[in-house]
Amino acid sequence: MDTGYNYAYLDEQTKRMIRRAILKAVAIPGYQVPFAGREMPLPYGWGTGGIQLTAAVIGPDDTLKVIDQGADDTTNAVSIRRFFARTAAVATTEKTTEATVIQTRHRIPETPLREGQMLIYQVPIPEPLRWMEPRETETRKMHALQEYGVMHVKLYEDIAHYGRIATSYNYPVLVNGRYVMAPSPIPKFDNPKMDRMPALQLFGAGREKRIYAVPPYTRVESLDFDDHPFEVQTWDGACALCGATDSYLDEVVTDDAGGRMFVCSDSDYCGDRRAAGHVGDQGATAADYVRVTEAGQ
Amino acid sequence: MTPIIQVQNLSKSFTLHTQGGVTIPVFSNLSVDVAAGQCVALHGPSGCGKSTLMRTLYANYKPTQGRVVVLHDGAPVDMVAATPRAILDVRRRTLGYVSQFLRVIPRVPTLDIVAEPLRTWGVGAEEARDVAAGLLTRLRIPERLWALAPATFSGGEQQRVNIARGFCAPYPALLLDEPTASLDHANRETVLSLIEEAKARGAAIVGIFHDAPARERVCDSLFEIESFRSAA
Amino acid sequence: MSAAPMLSVKDLTHWYGARLGCRDVSFDLWPGEVLGIVGESGSGKSTLLSCLSCANQPSGGQVLYRDRTGAMVDVHALSEPRQRLLMRSDWGVVHQNPRDGLRMGVSAGANIGERLMAVGARHYGDIRTGAQDWLGRVEIADDRTDDLPRTFSGGMQQRLQIARTLVTHPRLVFMDEPTGGLDVSVQARLLDLLRGLVADLGLSVIIVTHDLAVARLLAHRLMVMKDGTVIESGLTDQVLDDPHHPYTQLLVSSVLQV
Repeated sequence: MDTGYNYAYLDEQTKRMIRRAILKAVAIPGYQVPFAGREMPLPYGWGTGGIQLTAAVIGPDDTLKVIDQGADDTTNAVSIRRFFARTAAVATTEKTTEATVIQTRHRIPETPLREGQMLIYQVPIPEPLRWMEPRETETRKMHALQEYGVMHVKLYEDIAHYGRIATSYNYPVLVNGRYVMAPSPIPKFDNPKMDRMPALQLFGAGREKRIYAVPPYTRVESLDFDDHPFEVQTWDGACALCGATDSYLDEVVTDDAGGRMFVCSDSDYCGDRRAAGHVGDQGATAADYVRVTEAGQ
Repeated sequence: MTPIIQVQNLSKSFTLHTQGGVTIPVFSNLSVDVAAGQCVALHGPSGCGKSTLMRTLYANYKPTQGRVVVLHDGAPVDMVAATPRAILDVRRRTLGYVSQFLRVIPRVPTLDIVAEPLRTWGVGAEEARDVAAGLLTRLRIPERLWALAPATFSGGEQQRVNIARGFCAPYPALLLDEPTASLDHANRETVLSLIEEAKARGAAIVGIFHDAPARERVCDSLFEIESFRSAA
Repeated sequence: MSAAPMLSVKDLTHWYGARLGCRDVSFDLWPGEVLGIVGESGSGKSTLLSCLSCANQPSGGQVLYRDRTGAMVDVHALSEPRQRLLMRSDWGVVHQNPRDGLRMGVSAGANIGERLMAVGARHYGDIRTGAQDWLGRVEIADDRTDDLPRTFSGGMQQRLQIARTLVTHPRLVFMDEPTGGLDVSVQARLLDLLRGLVADLGLSVIIVTHDLAVARLLAHRLMVMKDGTVIESGLTDQVLDDPHHPYTQLLVSSVLQV
């Protein structure tokens, strides 16, 4: 463990301040709690909100997993994992089941989370009403008074222009029947996983300096219309590597001739399935697929 | 029998603040009653205040003093003291006014303009249009014009549309400002019979008629305004 | 004639610091009645309107509103959520500049639909049908439903704002110079449309205008304001045809014949 910094990089007063904000956020599910966000040794947009949350809650007994768009081996995920390995001396893992704290950008792991785990989201724009209402004073009032009619305007526009709700990520949700919340830019495929999740979900927006939370087993409903109910994306095919049909698939362009394949976005889930013997129709060529090599481990 | 219209001690003058506050007296202490079925002609030379009196009766002008009591739903309403909405209710259901000119409302078809007073009486659209169509026919407005807004009609046509509108609802009281002026013989006959019909059903009528034979035919009494010329 | 006023305003006064906005304005408004407030710029008519419509908290006086249950409520004593609910459901405001009353970034249909969604509508098909019905009533073609208001002419934008305001069937509508800034032929069409809608829906309206022709066509009665006070009021045609106060006479005589 490198010295020169306090445990987990942030000083203890800052961590207390953030923990207090977290407690308030947990007490009022979906409510955005302002906090005095610190400068972190990475740029805004790279997870400064999530990393402060992780720093405030992590301890030596924790096991940390960091994913970026579902993958454990992207630069951002690897950097943040190393950061905490060095400053907080925590064990790290790529296994969803082994982690106690999971910091994520834009995905929820496919493997269901359990009690005692924490899922920490990196959030770029915490305010779901911002699209309709630019004034912060007004959006706060709208939250306070539960004036959420405008949230449906965007969904209305989608149906009017595309015949269906085309919003596919950062799809607004109603938390505990009270606050409308931006779930961060996760695909709406992941929205149902938020509902009554046994794990604690924390959201941190570093640039906007907001923290919000969904406590375990809290109702999270995706907004919709009676005649256009919420639905998630589906794919015609299965994961080319592991054959999964129940996971969120990324499209990967494989050559300049328009060749493409669909693979699980959750690299841990895909790897587990292949280790258990599941093979997709291009599973044999898996070694060619850079993202899934074992080299990262 | 209670008169439908009772004018009591009515005085009217105009104060023109924009012209040095000069006061122009018109008439003072004027009283007249109009009973059901009676037609009173306001009489006097031009400028003696006939139209001013007419407009004061309709509460379009505010008198300096006095009362204009109209029997409305069996109860007396003083048009001078009544609230605006009470006055509007009297105008809607009791007191009709045929002015000399049609106030054209853009884009509303002639038939609906004529039928409108009856509609505000609560009569159904179809029935009101039937009555309106009957009046337009009697006043010789060609049917092809009924669906058009009267903005482009000739002056005479507009005047007849205005008369049709004024006679559409069976008001218990009617104010007529030169109803036969500049009408051709046939239409003049129609208007006079409309007035006679209104009298027959018990309407109290106050009118201004420059047309002496018409006046003699429909009016029961003359009311000389000149004798009330303001000394004020 | 209904027996009770819908709005009862008592001694409404508003100061901007040491400067007077309006003073001691009192009146009653009955269901179905259209009240015009006329006067020159700076006469206090817009201040009065903003105090009536809860956009401003008046310095003194009361605005009592008879709600749908028949109870009289002091609107400025209501909590802000209740006030905003009132504005969303029972009341409507038509601004002079349609940009103040519309969301320029979303389609015409969504602009109308938003008011429905704000009071709980959650059926897309019904919302859209409602929106198109209202577009029709304000004479905007169906095929413009999904266009942005910024592609509309000024007159169309104003008609869209009116549709957006009326779609939730408010009982009381405030209009601030609804025909201001439009050219004359567009004005005439809008006025005619407003006149029809107000009569058909039995709306109570308070309309602020400096245009006496607008007042004559729409208002049942008028209040003339000058220097923050009401100097003359009464039946519209009486005030315009037989004005008594020197200022009203000046106002009426300054207008070209209408």
